[in-house]
Amino acid sequence: MYKSDFPIFKNNPNLVYLDSAATSQKPQSVIDAIKDYYENYNSNIHRGIYKISEQATDAYEKTRKKIAKFINAKSEKEIIFTRNTTESINLIAKTWGKENVKAEDKILISEMEHHSNILPWQQLSGEQNICLRYINVRDHKLDIQRAEAEINETKPALLAITHVSNSLGTINPVKKLAEIAHKNGGMILIDGAQSVPHMQVDVQSLDADFLAFSGHKMLGPTGIGVLYVKEEILKKMNPFLTGGGMIKSVSRFETEFADHPYKFEAGTPDIAGTIGLSAAIDYMNTIGIERIETHERNLTKYALKKLSGLSEVTILGLPFSEDRAGVISIVVDEIHPHDIAQLLDENNIAVRAGHHCNHILMKDVLKVTATTRISFHIYNDENDIDRFVESLKSIMTKIKR
Amino acid sequence: MNQIYKELILDHYKSPQNAGSLDNPTHEATEENTSCGDSIKVQLIMKDGRIKKIKHITEGCAISVAAASLLSEILVGKSIISIGKLDEQDIIKILGVQLTASRINCALLPLRAVRKALKLKTEN
Ligand SMILES: Cc1ncc(COP(=O)(O)O)c(C=O)c1O
Repeated sequence: MYKSDFPIFKNNPNLVYLDSAATSQKPQSVIDAIKDYYENYNSNIHRGIYKISEQATDAYEKTRKKIAKFINAKSEKEIIFTRNTTESINLIAKTWGKENVKAEDKILISEMEHHSNILPWQQLSGEQNICLRYINVRDHKLDIQRAEAEINETKPALLAITHVSNSLGTINPVKKLAEIAHKNGGMILIDGAQSVPHMQVDVQSLDADFLAFSGHKMLGPTGIGVLYVKEEILKKMNPFLTGGGMIKSVSRFETEFADHPYKFEAGTPDIAGTIGLSAAIDYMNTIGIERIETHERNLTKYALKKLSGLSEVTILGLPFSEDRAGVISIVVDEIHPHDIAQLLDENNIAVRAGHHCNHILMKDVLKVTATTRISFHIYNDENDIDRFVESLKSIMTKIKR
Repeated sequence: MNQIYKELILDHYKSPQNAGSLDNPTHEATEENTSCGDSIKVQLIMKDGRIKKIKHITEGCAISVAAASLLSEILVGKSIISIGKLDEQDIIKILGVQLTASRINCALLPLRAVRKALKLKTEN
């Protein structure tokens, strides 16, 4: 039903796209918005005293407001534009983290984190002698009881946790974790890369201190990401990158920085990307985030049911439940995921095979080298899943040893 | 369309030639593709600068297993010098399929292992 809004499916009529966790497709309205900017009011933002620059500035700043509303931030001043989730998390590690997490302090992450929510903390802990600890994953979810005990005991300065696992599809109880972290004097960073594009995420209700997400996974363009930081924290943070666009005044040896959020946006930003993201949010709002969530939930239920009928297939992650998002990883007896993905591709079915940037989860917890993963967005339908499952069945007979 | 999983590949994948191990190898090596977890252990018996026997245990995707099998067949009797000259193009020729950049590493794994066993330099 929504497929016709996405030109990729017109141009590839046979394409079954099941890799939205990697990146989503873009509706026509997003592509048009970017084109419109480049064709009709391309100019740099801020300080341009002419009409099209004011128009571009206006579009850029309106996006900030729109995002604030989308995640229910108190103020648009809490929204910083970055390139992606990875950069958002790095920004926090290299500013707030560097200044506030002291030697012997603890940072707690989990075994199901994406590498982009592991490496910045690993690096920081190496640099300042911080103790990096992991919440265990048990039966495809976080071991919350042990995590709670550990937080109560070790009082980590930061809890950095993914909202939704990009390999398992597990939705983590981040609201509860935020409560436990705060009670013990710590902060919580939520990796929203796989949640914000698919479900209502309310930073005030979750009481998130930091939230990171990527535009390209939420029907927007690549190159634009978002970092939300609670204003009282943001006020005390020092800049990440320095240069143009983030100052009040500069003299030879000293600079007075601009107020947040501009202080954290040095250099010419991805203006087109921001405008594209704005159109993506409009598109999602028109459908309604609850509707998107329900749609994906139904697809997840349908896919889990169909896959569970195949005896050679092991489904990773939780059974269908409230805590299960639209990401399904499977392992097929004796068939390497690369072979599956390649053979599916011969039928124009796009899935992801590999470790999904989750080495620790794969190696230490699941004890597999790779999985085959399917993931959804609003343009998917039951027919996509039928074609995937049928194709998978014929691959299993073809390649089984 | 380029069918990678043609008969030849599937046959060698399903029943790989020279699979197994040797009791008294003169050379051996293991090699792994860390990105996908494919692994190979190759064992050789060298005599007068030539491969007399080769066995391998390959675990991985169809491409890497078939490549190991096909390569093992053509290597028997080959000299170290000629093995040193084998390159990516030769492996593609042996497999008889076009491979995308993401899969070429699978196909090259066995050759890398053989070179490692013979202490030959590998490019990349
Ligand atoms: C949970 C999670 N975190 C972070 C990322 C990184 O996103 P990006 O590559 O857009 O920075 C991803 C993307 O795959 C993800 O799934």
